[in-house]
Amino acid sequence: MTKIINITIDGKPIETFEGRNLVDVAKENGIFIPTLCYFRDIPPLATCRICTVKLNGRHTTGCTLRVADGMQIEVNTPELLDNRKAIIEMLYSEGNHFCPSCEKSGKCDMQNLGYDMGITASRYPHAFSHKTIDFNPKRMIMESNRCILCKRCVEEVKTRDGKDVFSFVKRGVKTLVKIDYEEEAKLSESEAMRAMNLCPVGAILVKGMIHEEPFGDRKYDLVGKEVKPKLSGGGLVKKDPNEKFIVATTSLAGCFGCHMSMLDIDTELIDLLEIVEFNKSPLTDIKKFSKRCHIGIVEGGCANSENVEVLKEFRKRCDILVSLGECAIMGGIPAMRNFVSLRECLEEAYLHSRTSELGAHVIPGHEDIPKILNNVYPCTEIVKIDYYIPGCPPSAQHIWKVVRSLLLGEEFSIAHDEFKYD
Amino acid sequence: MFKTHKPDRKHLMEVLWDIQKNKRCIESEEIVKVAQAFDMSRIELEGIISFYHFYHFDDAGKYTVYLDTSIIAEHGGRQEIRQAFEEATGTTFGSVTPDLTFGLFDTPCIGLSDQEPACLINFRPFTSLTPQKVFNIVTQLKAGKRPSEICDVPKTNIRYTPPADRTVFFKPYEKFSALAALRDRTPDEIIDTVEQSKLAGYGGAFFPTGKKWRFCRQTPAEKRYVIANADEGEPGTFKDRVLLQTHPELLIEGLIFAAYAVGASEGAIYLRAEYMYLKEELDRLLVEYRRKGFLGKNIPAKTPFEFDLYVHLGAGAYVCGEETALIHSMEGRRGEPGTKEYFPVQKGFLGQPTVVNNVETLSAVPRVFEAGVENWLKVGTAKTPGTKIISVSGDCTNPGIYEIEWGTDFNDFLRMTGARDPKMVQLSGPSGVCVAVAVDPKTGLYLVDGQDRRALSGEDLACGGSFMIFDETRNILKVLKSYSDFFVAESCGLCVPCRTGNFLLNKKLQKLINGHGEKKDLHEITEWSEIIKTTSRCGLGQFSNNSLLLAIDKFPDVIDRALADNTDFNPAFNIETATAEYDRIVEEINANYD
Ligand SMILES: Cc1cc2nc3c(=O)[nH]c(=O)nc-3n(C[C@H](O)[C@H](O)[C@H](O)COP(=O)(O)O)c2cc1C
Ligand code: SF4
Repeated sequence: MTKIINITIDGKPIETFEGRNLVDVAKENGIFIPTLCYFRDIPPLATCRICTVKLNGRHTTGCTLRVADGMQIEVNTPELLDNRKAIIEMLYSEGNHFCPSCEKSGKCDMQNLGYDMGITASRYPHAFSHKTIDFNPKRMIMESNRCILCKRCVEEVKTRDGKDVFSFVKRGVKTLVKIDYEEEAKLSESEAMRAMNLCPVGAILVKGMIHEEPFGDRKYDLVGKEVKPKLSGGGLVKKDPNEKFIVATTSLAGCFGCHMSMLDIDTELIDLLEIVEFNKSPLTDIKKFSKRCHIGIVEGGCANSENVEVLKEFRKRCDILVSLGECAIMGGIPAMRNFVSLRECLEEAYLHSRTSELGAHVIPGHEDIPKILNNVYPCTEIVKIDYYIPGCPPSAQHIWKVVRSLLLGEEFSIAHDEFKYD
Repeated sequence: MFKTHKPDRKHLMEVLWDIQKNKRCIESEEIVKVAQAFDMSRIELEGIISFYHFYHFDDAGKYTVYLDTSIIAEHGGRQEIRQAFEEATGTTFGSVTPDLTFGLFDTPCIGLSDQEPACLINFRPFTSLTPQKVFNIVTQLKAGKRPSEICDVPKTNIRYTPPADRTVFFKPYEKFSALAALRDRTPDEIIDTVEQSKLAGYGGAFFPTGKKWRFCRQTPAEKRYVIANADEGEPGTFKDRVLLQTHPELLIEGLIFAAYAVGASEGAIYLRAEYMYLKEELDRLLVEYRRKGFLGKNIPAKTPFEFDLYVHLGAGAYVCGEETALIHSMEGRRGEPGTKEYFPVQKGFLGQPTVVNNVETLSAVPRVFEAGVENWLKVGTAKTPGTKIISVSGDCTNPGIYEIEWGTDFNDFLRMTGARDPKMVQLSGPSGVCVAVAVDPKTGLYLVDGQDRRALSGEDLACGGSFMIFDETRNILKVLKSYSDFFVAESCGLCVPCRTGNFLLNKKLQKLINGHGEKKDLHEITEWSEIIKTTSRCGLGQFSNNSLLLAIDKFPDVIDRALADNTDFNPAFNIETATAEYDRIVEEINANYD
């Protein structure tokens, strides 16, 4: 009844029946097209996009492709392989996937594909989406943090009178799967189990059915231990070889902890002073720049207008500007006030605090004193920053290494232990 | 409620509209009732309601204001209008006044780009708004006037038509006259003529209309459908609105031709809710066509046929302009595009072969028969005969509608619009292409991407209808961000590259605008866009980053300025703005005490 046809997949000639599904045909011929939404027994959903292949030069999904005579299909070109990997990485960035605590870990199609493709980190930044966990249904838990919106449950799980138990609600990035409590309660134990098994990830769980299987082995943290930072130039150029490198430091909205840590360089300070001369810095108590500097090291972010001025001055006077510590990098502790309105902050500090005078009524405001900014800003939001030294505070060894390598133009590797703060 | 509607899924959206209009929201009690009547689960219904942004779960106010957010509105002074509404009503956008009188909401382009800033109040249009006008409107509404009494009639602003013998759309038409052609032609002959006319989809894809009809006719089926796509959601496009305002009869007759040709017995006009004010006239016309015997049973033709037509109202979802999404929406489902396993002409509405055509395409059909193929082919270019309706908006003296012959020179056209110092022109809306415009110092002519003698035609710049002009002073990155905001808001959410990829790209654009961009970001934008393009299911995702990529290429100076590497100081940080709040607080508190 069905016609025998010839197609090629990645150049390999294949004989099959007309109208069959490409994913199945490929599999039978030893070519694996990964899928997350496609499930053999149900009509293709084409939501996950991972099985994207090229048919006669045009992109299409394998799961919706019915083979016909003469088709030339590409499956495993470098571009298509990378697309697949990208989609999985994007799914990881979109949701909140914590495999170590997931009940389906080891039985999860997405985790499986992640390992298979050698994904250790996502190329995309985390989307920080707000997702919910719904414990209300009678038998099930809907863990939206893990849901990849493949739509299997929506299309496949129905009550006996044909009503949908799951549905997509909202649209775009806000789309999520919700369970109808009333209809869910009508499902039998085995129907609920089918829903859980249908879910390619760990989003649909049946209560009481968790942690039954042991976790699989995970190879986390193996790659990425040795990170080589790239230096843009080949070391700093001094006009006169006998001249020392000139360094300036300052503490803006910080606690001086980073400077303290700097002093912990200890005996190596002596080595440092061999090659370095400090200009403007709290360490030397030089208040004003007297020469152009090779490196400026900034602790703390900007909380007031003076901080901004100093920071800009540093940018103007220094060839390389380094953010030292979390407050400089991301605002840190002072930035916690960004979640409270400025008015409340000022009133709390000057009018209603325990130490303010009874009946205090004035908030200091004079042209000679710095103005408080509406938010605390990390340094990068105000000037260009060339390098960052993370930590709270960064360890002395780490600071020393960075400074020395910057001055001498050496590459160095940061050991995982040196910058992990957990 | 259900007396007027048989609970057939295709009436679901209409039922929801009735509730929304009467109760200003669709509350949970109503959801339970409707779900029961249509025999579906409550959550499925919630899924449908939440897909369309004109349906609300909470009271949307006695007067629901939808203010256009498009970039053209923004450049036309939208912020001022927004403020005026907030002051006049005492509430903020995205919320409703405590007494539930006014609800203020943002909405993407409402098809009035030539008379921005504009808004809809209870789906009545108010155009060319000024803050003063807004205060007047609100005062009158508070005094008990109805929006329908005080609304504007949108101007048609038809600025140009070719000489009478070369005009296709905007010239007088005698109702029913072209339908005479049905009497001496078989359906196949009708399709032949349409094919010979080389009529191709004006909806943007330029698919040959005759071929589409033939496919549909050839698919064996019990029933076939024809649908007019009047969803016109592409920002900056308003040509279909003007066609419906001036010549709705052409569309209806186009549908009758299509129905006869493919053998369809039922049809619909999928009208976007933003054009609700055009529905009355369409419904009235349908009654007239029925009375005259051109709709209903036994429509006069070589082989008399049966065909009827209704207007289906959308509910606010750009993606529903995509034909398979449109069909799902008409079936009373979430307007998600289909899997693309079949074309609508194979399996469309209710699983039957269906033709979906743009309003302009269908409106051209009676004109083809009126003119005769030979005359028709004399106008326009070889590949694209005929004319094209272009909606012009943005920085020019004469925004509005231009019917031009295909093949019109770009420079001539741009002069005609009275463009002021154009820097960029966006063709076919955000999903289309952007071109860089500059004056050739030697000839004084406008160059497109550095070339002269470019033409608007199927062979060269195939404009789908939207023509937005941006002058020297406009921030191109902000224009691109506005496109991106649109796609993020309108993605249906099925494909991860489109829903999350665009969301992440949107953040990247903001980073560029803030002046934090790095070279690496540009590489990532290019790479991510490519992935979104090749792996998304429908045109929305596939074309969402066209303009972004083109702009990076065509406006290197703009992009360079946005990179943090090239500036020591971050242009996004402004010390005055950052300290303004402190000054205000200090002054206020100290003044209060005095
Ligand atoms: C996201 C998206 C939105 C669309 N919006 C519209 C629209 O508003 N109006 C329209 O006629 N076509 C729109 N289209 C194109 C339709 O899918 C379809 O191609 C068109 O209606 C066919 O009619 P035509 O052949 O007459 O052009 C859209 C396509 C996509 C992918
Ligand atoms: S590309 Fe975007 S709009 Fe189109 S189907 Fe996918 S998610 Fe929906």
